[in-house]
Parts: sequence; C-alpha cells; structure tokens
Amino acid sequence: MLVIKCPFCGERDQTEFTCHGEAHIARPENPDELTDEQWGDYIFFRQNIKGYQYERWSHDHGCGRWFNALRNSVTDQFVDTYKIGEEKPAIPSDEGK
Amino acid sequence: MSQSNRIKTGGRIDRNKPVSFTFDGKTFQGFEGDTLASALLANNVHLMGRSFKYHRPRGVLSAGSEEPNAIVTIGSGKRSDPNTRATVVEMFDGLEASSQNCWPSLNFDIGGINNKLSRFFPAGFYYKTFMWPKSMWMKYEEIIRASAGMGVAPEEGDPDTYAVKHEYCDVLIAGGGPAGLSAALTAGRTGARVILIDEQNEFGGSLLSDHGAEIDGKPAMDWVDAALAELKEMEEVTILNRTAVIGYFDHNFITAMEKITDHLGPQDSNDTPRQRFWKIRAKQVVLASGSFERPMLFGDNDRPGVMLASAVRTYINRYGVLPGKDMVVFTNNDSAYKTALDAFANGGRVEIVDTRVDPKGPLVEQARSLDITIHTNAAIVGTKGYRRLKGVEVMELNEAGDGVKGTKFHIGCDVVAMSSGWNPAVNLFSQARGKLRYDEELTSFVPDHCQWDNYSVGSCNGTFTLEGALSEGLEAGLKAAQAAGFGEGQSVPATPSAPEVEHGDMRTLWYIPMDRPLARGKKHFHEFQNDSTVADIHLAAREGYISVEHLKRYTTTGMGTDQGKTSNVNAIAIMAQIRGVSIPQVGTTTFRPPFVPVTFGAIAGHDVEDLFLQARKTPMHSAHDRNGAIYEDVGDWKRPYYFPKAGEDMHAAVQRECKAVRDSVGIMDGSTLGKLDIQGKDASRLLNLLYTNAWSKLAPGKCRYGLMCNEHGMVFDDGVTTCIGENHYHMTTTTGGAGRVANWIEEWIQTEYPDWDVYATSVTEQWAVSILNGPKSRKVLEKLVDIDLSAEAFPFMAMKECHIAGVPARIYRISFTGELSYEINVPARYGLHVWDALLEAGEEFDICQYGTETMHVLRAEKGFIIAGQDTDGSVTPMDLDMDWIVSKKKGDFLGRRSFTRTDTARTDRKQLVGVLTEDPNVVLMEGAHLVRELKDKPPMDMLGHVTSSYMSPNCGRSIAMALIRDGKNLKGQSFMVPTMSGKAHKVTITDPIFFDKENKRIDGEPS
Amino acid sequence: MNKYSVFSLVRNAMSYHENWQKAWRSPDPKKEYDVVIVGGGAHGLATAYYLAKECGITNVAILEKGWLGGGNTGRNTTIVRSNYLWDESSAIYEHAMKLWENLSQDLNYNVMFSQRGLLHLAHNVHDMQEIGRRGHAIHLNGIDSEFLTPEQVKEIEPTINLDCRYPVLGALLQRRGGSARHDAVAWGYARAADDMGVDIIQNCEVTGFDIQDGVVKGVETSRGHIGAKKVGVVTAGHSSVMANMAGFRMPLESFPLQAMVSEPLKPVINTVIMSGAVHVYLSQSDKGELVVGAGSDNFVSYSQRGSFDMMDHIVGPLKELFPFTSRLRMMRQWGGIVDVTVDRSPIITKTPVENMFFNCGWGTGGFKATPGSGNVFAHSIANGELHPIAAPFTMNRFNTGALIDEGAAAAVAH
Repeated sequence: MLVIKCPFCGERDQTEFTCHGEAHIARPENPDELTDEQWGDYIFFRQNIKGYQYERWSHDHGCGRWFNALRNSVTDQFVDTYKIGEEKPAIPSDEGK
Repeated sequence: MSQSNRIKTGGRIDRNKPVSFTFDGKTFQGFEGDTLASALLANNVHLMGRSFKYHRPRGVLSAGSEEPNAIVTIGSGKRSDPNTRATVVEMFDGLEASSQNCWPSLNFDIGGINNKLSRFFPAGFYYKTFMWPKSMWMKYEEIIRASAGMGVAPEEGDPDTYAVKHEYCDVLIAGGGPAGLSAALTAGRTGARVILIDEQNEFGGSLLSDHGAEIDGKPAMDWVDAALAELKEMEEVTILNRTAVIGYFDHNFITAMEKITDHLGPQDSNDTPRQRFWKIRAKQVVLASGSFERPMLFGDNDRPGVMLASAVRTYINRYGVLPGKDMVVFTNNDSAYKTALDAFANGGRVEIVDTRVDPKGPLVEQARSLDITIHTNAAIVGTKGYRRLKGVEVMELNEAGDGVKGTKFHIGCDVVAMSSGWNPAVNLFSQARGKLRYDEELTSFVPDHCQWDNYSVGSCNGTFTLEGALSEGLEAGLKAAQAAGFGEGQSVPATPSAPEVEHGDMRTLWYIPMDRPLARGKKHFHEFQNDSTVADIHLAAREGYISVEHLKRYTTTGMGTDQGKTSNVNAIAIMAQIRGVSIPQVGTTTFRPPFVPVTFGAIAGHDVEDLFLQARKTPMHSAHDRNGAIYEDVGDWKRPYYFPKAGEDMHAAVQRECKAVRDSVGIMDGSTLGKLDIQGKDASRLLNLLYTNAWSKLAPGKCRYGLMCNEHGMVFDDGVTTCIGENHYHMTTTTGGAGRVANWIEEWIQTEYPDWDVYATSVTEQWAVSILNGPKSRKVLEKLVDIDLSAEAFPFMAMKECHIAGVPARIYRISFTGELSYEINVPARYGLHVWDALLEAGEEFDICQYGTETMHVLRAEKGFIIAGQDTDGSVTPMDLDMDWIVSKKKGDFLGRRSFTRTDTARTDRKQLVGVLTEDPNVVLMEGAHLVRELKDKPPMDMLGHVTSSYMSPNCGRSIAMALIRDGKNLKGQSFMVPTMSGKAHKVTITDPIFFDKENKRIDGEPS
Repeated sequence: MNKYSVFSLVRNAMSYHENWQKAWRSPDPKKEYDVVIVGGGAHGLATAYYLAKECGITNVAILEKGWLGGGNTGRNTTIVRSNYLWDESSAIYEHAMKLWENLSQDLNYNVMFSQRGLLHLAHNVHDMQEIGRRGHAIHLNGIDSEFLTPEQVKEIEPTINLDCRYPVLGALLQRRGGSARHDAVAWGYARAADDMGVDIIQNCEVTGFDIQDGVVKGVETSRGHIGAKKVGVVTAGHSSVMANMAGFRMPLESFPLQAMVSEPLKPVINTVIMSGAVHVYLSQSDKGELVVGAGSDNFVSYSQRGSFDMMDHIVGPLKELFPFTSRLRMMRQWGGIVDVTVDRSPIITKTPVENMFFNCGWGTGGFKATPGSGNVFAHSIANGELHPIAAPFTMNRFNTGALIDEGAAAAVAH
C-alpha cells in the first residue's frame, strides 16, 4: 500500500490511483505507414523493466488527472511523479539494483 | 484438587474474581487475569491438544502468541473459534473450550496409532506412495484430508459484528514493553501523534513476568505504571492494548487487530464490535516486538510438561501458577536460571541441566548457593511419560557437544523448562522488506536495513538487557518524532538505571545428541505443530531439499499457524550443520503477513451484508418496487428485469410486455445507461477519434449512433451521441461500459492530446431516463409536453429541449426497438415524478412497464446488437456486418490501423448472423454452438455460438443471433446445434433482422 | 533412481530412512549442452523432462537462479482445469489435463493431483451467457462440462450462500478439474528429468546471452559461460528481463498476484470454486487450509511481497459467499510475479534470435498447464518448429491480430 504523490493533489493512498503501464509511448502520427510489426509493437509490446520505469498513473478517486511517474519496480518506490508534458526526471544512478 | 498448581499469593490475576470454565466438558476454576493456558496449568492440566500428523499428546509450550501446541476451539455453534491458542485466550466466566484433532477424546485418541506407525510417515512420505492403484488415490486422499486439518469450521452465521478504523500518525510503536514504552514517552513528549500498540491485555511486555526487575531503584512495573500514566495524559497519544500489529506493508502502512469483546465472552447485543481492524499510515515506525525463546531439540521434547523456560517464569510470576512441583531446567544460557530461582522460591523442587562445561556468573552462583543441583556439561537425552512428562534421562556431553558419554541417569520431574537462546521477533521488520543479518554472538537473525522508515529497539533488535532496551527506546522514539517533524532541538533523556546481573556465555547446541543415533526410538521436534523432527531435516538434506525454502516445504517447517516462530532458526541452523555451511549461507525464509492469524470477519469489517458491494439504484427504483419489478444485476445496478402480473412467470410476463410495446406503448427505465457530457472546441474531433464513423457535420439537435473500437480494432462499446449545441455533445454508452468509456476518453484527452480543448464529464447519475416505446408513445407524451411531437417537427434521430409534467427535459427521438420511441431525460431528482406522470398519462393506452429482458427481445427482433453480448472483444465492425459505420473518408480513428492486419482482414472471420430454428418453438440456449457436421459424440467442428436467443411473440417464433465463422457466406444454409443432453436442433442461417425489415414502424401512429 | 512405493517406504523405514538417494544431483555445469533451459520452475523442469523422455535429447541443463520451483510454481493456488473457451486453449489445457491424469505414475512421484471438481459460478445474466457459451464449447471439444442449477451447487458445496449479493444463478462444473500439490510437481519433474541425465543447476543466474550473427550460442551465467545449441527460456515474470538481455521486447507486463491461506480446518470445501462477479476463488488443500486467490496489483512489480489492498478486496466476497469463514483466520498471504499478455493466453514462440525459444505469458493460470506446456515446448525446441498445439500461441499473433482472447469473454482469468 504505497503513498503516491499526485502532482495536483499531493500525497494520497495507493487505493485512489490506477496504473496504466509504460509511459511515453506516443501514438504513431500516421499508422498507415507502419508495418503490422511496427503497429503491433506500439499496441502490445512493452519494456516491462525490472528496475526504474516510466509509467502512467491516474488519480481516479481524487482529481481524476493522469500523470507520469518514475518508479522502481523492484522496491516499488517512486522516484518522482510529474505532469503530462513535463520533462521526465533522470533515472537515479544506482540503475535500480 | 482445584487449582493445585496455584501459588498462594502473587501474580497479576485478580483473586477476588474467581471464574469457572469448561475444557472438554469438564468444569474448572480460575481467576480473571488468567489465560486459558494458565488456568488449565493451575489445575494441573497439561494435555491440551494433539499434534497434526502423529496425534501425539501435547501440552503448552509457551505463554504467548508463538504457541504451536495448545490449540483449542473456543465456544461452539455459530460462535465457535477453532484453532485458538490457549495461551492468548483471556479467561472469563463461562468460557467453553474443547480440544481438537482427536477422536474419541483427547486422552484416548485413535489417531495416536499414527505415532506408533510414525517411522513410516517421515517428511514427505505422501510423495512416495499412495500412487497405486491409480484409481485409489481419490480414496486415499479422502482419508488424508479427513485426518489432516485442525479445528472444525464454525456454523454459518457469525452473530458478531466487526469494525474497521483508518488512522494516521507520526510515530507508530509496535510493542509496549520497556523499549516500546520508552519510545512512546520520548515521541509523545514532542507532541507528535503517537499510536502505541501491544498485543497483550496489559502493557509491560517482558516486565510483566520479570519478578524482581527494578528501574531507578523501584519495581519495574512502577515505572511501567508511571510511563502509562504520563502517556495517557498526552492528547496526541493513542494507547491500544489487546491489539496485535499483524501487517507491515509499503510506506509504513500498518494493520493491527484489536480484540474488543473476546475477553468478555459472548455479548448479548452486537452494538459493540467483537474486533476492530486498524489500518494505520505511520510516518515513522518503531518496532519493539520482543523476542521468542528457542526450544531445546532433545529426544521426545514434546511431552506435555516440556515448556519454554521463559513461559514457565511467566506462569509463575504473572499468573501465580507453578506448572509442576518437580522441575528440570534445561539450558545453554543464564536466562533460564531466573526461572529456576523463581520456581525454587515458590516451593518447586528444581534441578538444572546445563550444556555448558563451566557455567559462571551471579545467577549460577545464586542457584548454587540455594543448593539447587546443577548438572553441567550435561544434556537431556530423552523423556519419560506420554500424556504427561514423568521424568528425564540425562547424560554427560562430549567435548564437541555432538555426542554423549558416561552413564545415563534419570531425574523424576513433571516439568522441563528449556532455553536454547533467543530469536529477535524480526517478523514485522521482514514483512516490511527489511533485510536480516545473522549475528554470530546471539546466534540468530537481527534487523539489518530496510527501505522504509523504521527503528527496531529492544530484544527484537538483539538488545537483551533492560537498560539497553530502555535506552534504545528513548532514543528511537525521539528520533522518529523528529524525523516526522516534531521535537526539534530536544535531546534524548538519560536512561533510567536498571541494573541487571551479568549473563555468562551460551553454549549453543542446535541438536541435543542422545545415546544412540538420531531417529532411533526418540523424536527431536523442532516444529511441534506439524510434527517435524531433526531426523526430517536430515532426510530432506539427504534427498537434496537443502535450500531453506525446500526444507520448509518438504518438512512443513514453519507452515503451522505459528508460522515457525519457535522453529525456523533451529531448522536453518541444523541444515547448516548438516551441510557444513554457515547459517547465513542457508538463508532465511521471508516472513509473511499476518504476524498472528487474523479473522476474516475483522478484515471484512463493515463490508458485509447490505454494505457489501452496495447496489446502485435509479431515481425510479421506489416506483419499480411498488410496481412489483423483479430485478436483474447489471454491473452494480439493480435494473427491472420484468414486471410480472399476478400468476405470471418470467416467460409469460416477457411475452406480454413484448406484445404490449409493439401493439400500444411501453415504458422502461433507461437511467443506468452511461452518459457523458462532452464540451469544447475539439469535441467533434474527439468523437471522430473515438467512433468509427464521421461526426464533423452533426447539427445541433441531431443524434447519431456510433461504434467504438479499441486500438486492436475490436468493438468495445456503442451508443447514441447527440449534438446539444455548438461544441457540446451528449454521449451515451452501455450500462456496463460507462466507466470504461469515461476512462478511455480521459486517457486520450489527458495523455495524447492534452492540447485539445475538450472536456468529458460523466453525467450518468445526473439524468433520469424514462423511455417510451411503441406506436402510441406520441399520444402518451403529448399529454405532458409543451412541444410539437409530429414526425415533421420532431423527426427520428433528433433531440428537443422542453418541459414535461412541469419539469425541464431533453427528449431524444432514438429507438432501440424500431418503434416510435422517446428517451425522456430529466434531472435525476424529477425522475420519479416524470415516471409516475407518464404511467398516469399512459393509463388510457394500457401503458406497459417493461424490463431489460423485453428490451433484449425487442432489439433482437430488429437485429440490434448489445455490445458485450453479441460482441466479446474479438469482433470488428465488419464482423458485425456494419461496414457502413466505418468511415473511409474521415482519416484516422482509434483501431482503424488494426483492421488491415492479416488476421483481422480475413473475410472468413466469425460474423454476426441470424439463426432460425426449424422448429419455431425451440428457443436455443444462448451459448450453444452450431457445428459443421453433427457427430455421435464430441469433438465436433464448431462454427460459432448463439449470442442472443429469444421467443419472439411479435415474430410468432423463436429468433436468434450468432457469431459464425464465414457467416455472411453461409446465409441460407442449414446446420445443427447440439445440446448438452445429446439432442440437436436444425437451424438455418439468415439475416439478423426478423421484424419490420423495412423500418416502417419508426414514426408510430400519427397523433 | 530408487523407485518410490509403499514397499520402498517400508524398506527404508527399517533403515531409519538413511538410505534414500538424492532426488536430483547437483552437478557442475558442463561446457556445452544441446539444450539449455533457463528457469527451474515446473514449466522448465517439465520441458527438460519431455525433451529427455519423448525427444531423446538428454544433454540438457536447467539453469535456476534460486531454488527449483521458487517462482510461481510454489506460490500459486494450484488450480487445475481445462475448461477454456477457445479451441486453441482447449487443446493445450486438455493436453495438459491428460498428462496430469497419469503424472504421479509417470514421474513416480505423488503430485497429489486431485480431481475434486471445479465450479465456475454464474451470478448474473452475462455470467450465464458466458458459462453457456464456454460450457458448450468445452463439451463440443470433447472435454467434460456440466451446467448446474443453484440447488445442485448447494448439494456439492453445502456451506455456500446462494442468496448472496449477486445471487448464484447457476454454475459450470468440470469434474475432472481440481488441484495438485505444487511443490511436488517441480520436485517430481526434477527427479525424473535428473534420472534421465538432465543437469539441474540451481543458484545459477543467467546474466546474458551469447548471440552471434543472430544465432544463440550459449548463456552467460553467474557460474560462467555455458554453451548451448538451443536455448529455451521459461522464466515467467522475468521473461521480459530475459528478452531485454537478448535484445527484443515481449508483449508482457509483470504483476504481483496475491493469494492467502486460512488456518487448517477439517474438510469443509469440497471442490474448487471460482466466482467472477463476487470475485473470489478458493479451494481447500489436503492439509486443510482454505486457499484463496485474489487479483493482481495493477502496476508492474517484481516484488513478491503480499500487498494489503488486494487481500482487503477479497475478504468481503469470501465472507459473503461463504459466511462460515467470518470467524476463521487468515494465516499467511503472499504474492507471485505473473507475466500477463493482453489476450490472457500464453506465448510459446520462436524469437528474433535463432535457436532461442520462449515459453511465457501464462499470467495467472500457468500451473494447470505445466505438463502440457512443457510437453509441447519440448517438441517445439527439439524440432525447431512449434508443435501444432503450440503454434497458435506464437508471439507473431500480436502482429497479425490472431489473438486468443480468453480475457475478453471470461469473467475472471485464472
């Protein structure tokens, strides 16, 4: 049961949030130009990193806003959360070990 | 005989409050302040249970929640609590306890035969046999199941209630012994919000049992009382006794269970909850959870009467019970000497067997000065007695401690008080992902580091002196408070003086040898509850189950209800010894929540009965109740399923409702439909993204149907969206899909297109929706509205804002039946008023209230799909034969690219078709499959399944829809639909429109 | 190998069980193997076993970074069933079921496979349609399946509360479904594979792959380089980590799946019961514990800790459906890392790296597939082409769109 810092509301209980997986996957500008493999890669294939990973979360039972987060999937600890469109924070130097 | 083991004076029991209780039907006396275990011991009852596998007689081992042996059932019937540790049951008058896992009685247990046969039941024996003949396994298993298990489940219908409480604090302190109380004092004095929790009825921890301990020159309990008095004065400090901290989760989320009435016995009213489950978020945590004494692993060390030395001391000092008159203390350290001295002081006859060659120090000297016999360099090699300990056999140890020598001698005794050292209770620390370190000097695991903010203090940190515990507690309490933002600049107060005698060194012998090889005749139990022995560890090692987890799983060590509190470290050490590696190389298992077992009732708390997954009800629900609706659960909603008249079953009611709608007029509650208000300059852009068809040209006041696909190109919702005004739309979704669609929209407009000017707001519960359907709809509605309803003025797929029965409304002329239909949306608070007004207005037309089933039949007659019923997440718009709704011109939309993938572009995919049975009276079961060729028995090649199937009174026959492989090309062909019973029905594939194919009815009767 | 039987048990009892052999050796890794299996869970062990037994390839090593069966094998709720909707799923799970039915005898290790029956409860019209469709499909695939009325459910499980929130409207029963003893499956396969010459190497972590010109030549491990003509990766929750090492991505996400057990009780639950709408599934182990499964945490995590909120969500439903559980106690909870695909079906596949095969994506339901998964994976590795039963589960389906979507139709996936 994590505490998550919503960039809009501040720290709240994990139960108020939903995670939506890997962040910073842009929808292709022109899907028609993609091969089936490239399109499949966009919709299904994920890094699923063991260590630090950028994620999308939403504060469903709160302000309802979506935001991004950098989190360690081994310790489950958040490095930071940030608003959509903001610069992503750097991965800490311990490389998630 | 009554309470023959009760010491005349002393203890913390209330001798003015005698109580009587029963154990296996026999009545005994005790006192308030007793536990069930102490009261039974006072009555010289040691035999309290039978072990899991061998059904060996077992007495009480400990005096706390680590108890593996004395497991009983408290109460009976609906208030029966199986698998309860007698050591934590507080005594009350009328308490009813009974033994478990024995038949016909605790004394004479047929299952005891297992013990005689035990050599055939080593660890994992069941993996090696019961395999022949194969057909017999299920019979063997039945016997295994019946003999396994412990207590019997209570009867259904727990009469008690449970509560849950959420709390936040700055500093949470788990454990109210000297270390925990000290931490609470310094943390509390800063003004921080502190919660102090202890499992027991009284605070003081080890001091409750430590007769003679002094702090600042006064009895230690005086210090405890003063500390509690000071804490009680602090406004921000919450003190919880009878509360076990059971879970330590991420970010210092702590769960705890408080017993509120358990110690009072069954309550007449359930105004007071039986237990309260605490969910606490703490900024800082101080763990002061104490330690567990380790048993000595000697031959037949499980006889009733063999107890932990500290437990014996607790029974003497805290409960005023001398568990036996003749005691042998068996130890490898000095702490058990205190037990010997206290027993001696209370009239016990005591001898000490000490593994150490030359024990020294003040406690040893004190025992010697009292002429207590000390057998040094000696070990118990076996015991006498079956249901009760009668004596021990003792021999001299060799130099290495791995064998015995000399002659065996016997000491008659009825109690053994043993101590093989102590294990810090690192369970909570480990739950919190804390990493442990092996401490060679203590010969046990201690906390090392943890990713969350906590401090371990006192004996759970490996600090076993009283002064050390006080000092660590004082310091950690202040540090924790300061880390939480309180007590800046404060310094740690001086530690009170608590002089203790020096303790000498230990001589750790993980396994106590005997005068013959291991496993010959006697058993050395390290895990009492599951009957796991040292020989089992050897067997596991011999067979290659050497990792700590394999050891645990193969021998079931630590898998009991005590989770190995007294057994894990011993087992790991013995495995290390066998393998010739260090203990840390074997490693330790992860401690899992809960620290002590917790009732499901407490966790569920208030989330039961009417408060369990609360039903959503529409504003018209009371009318439906009044009008005799039968409900269907759709998502969390209660929707009217049908409205039976007297004597009607569902079929009759639905047939009548279906006819009535098409013949005259019907009304249904459509309030549950998902509704979203969409506004902004980019609103139509959003619709173009979401829906497969084009939206740019939809004029204000006009409605349009749309399909939504996910990025895989599969249909996931549908509905009608209406242009309310410039840059303003009203979207409807399926009832079950409302949340999903709302999230879907947010995902796109917040993450991918945050620069778009568009907002979507869920308004499902803001609008109440009454839907009129049928040729006479107009006639009903015109009685109540202030607008022209003629087909010219108010055409199909249009929306009008108006007033109905005096309240504002939006009326949508859309239709899910093919009939003239008005979906009348009014603010939710007017829903009931409008519903009743419509019923009244419709009375002259025999208006018919109908439910979801009739809606389903009527839409199926027209071949309209229900997303989620006729689609399943693997269906494209083309599969639904709805190519017409997929725009080729408007550019990209969600899912479009997926349509051209090789599999998705196949033309022989499963497609939606109509299905008509040869026999018009046969209604196919939804989910039945069409097969290419009927065979005598399965397997048969399936073409696809029936998604919707009804008896249609308007078609005068059954109708069905199905998703059929290459279905579009199979129209006109006949196939068979086999049923589970072996019969089969012949069907023909058709178009999925069965009624009014030309759409002639949509404008109804003119007014 | 000592044969296990009641006779050997008695004989060994006479010598105080001091003559039992090791269930498997602990050899040092050889320089090279024909096949290296990465991952010593039950699926990997089964793969090695069938490679040796059915494909004649015995020069095989299994590399396990921790202890055998330490991942999801030893952390799941041990449910076995083959009542899946799609033909492709039916084929593989029923293939597994048939192997389960002889597994104890085949391995000479009692895996305590118990066909006590498995009930899927239906609580609303949608559920009824779902079990109707699935029940017929299973039946027509030649697999046992029965529809039950609520009264019949009550007869089988007398402690159930039919009239709960979302009342029980019916159920789908697979009598051949049930459970097995999870650890024994790993140990039994390990022992039998070892007996045929397979090297089981524990505490050996794979740290990289030796890939030359797009062809795998071996693995780098904490115990040095090990050459391999072919590599099969069966690492469940860690599959993406392995794929990343080999230079490609998988259509997977790893989530902690939560489970718990109660204190042991005398028999009270007879079958395996699964409820989507009330959202709980449970059975009673031979030891007497109620084994209760919850959902998975909704964020990627590689930590096996038990989390509280998932447990919290499951206890209300448990008490609602089985009110007698109110006074019982939860004894232990834990999590396991499951690798989940979008369509809730596994991936058995060739990869962009030649001679490297992956078997993963079993999500929350891999245990039941163990024998079938290992069997078809072994044949796929041996032949260099996917076994016909495995072929539909190729990773390429995520490019063509030929998903096998068990998630879409089923109420709750296990």
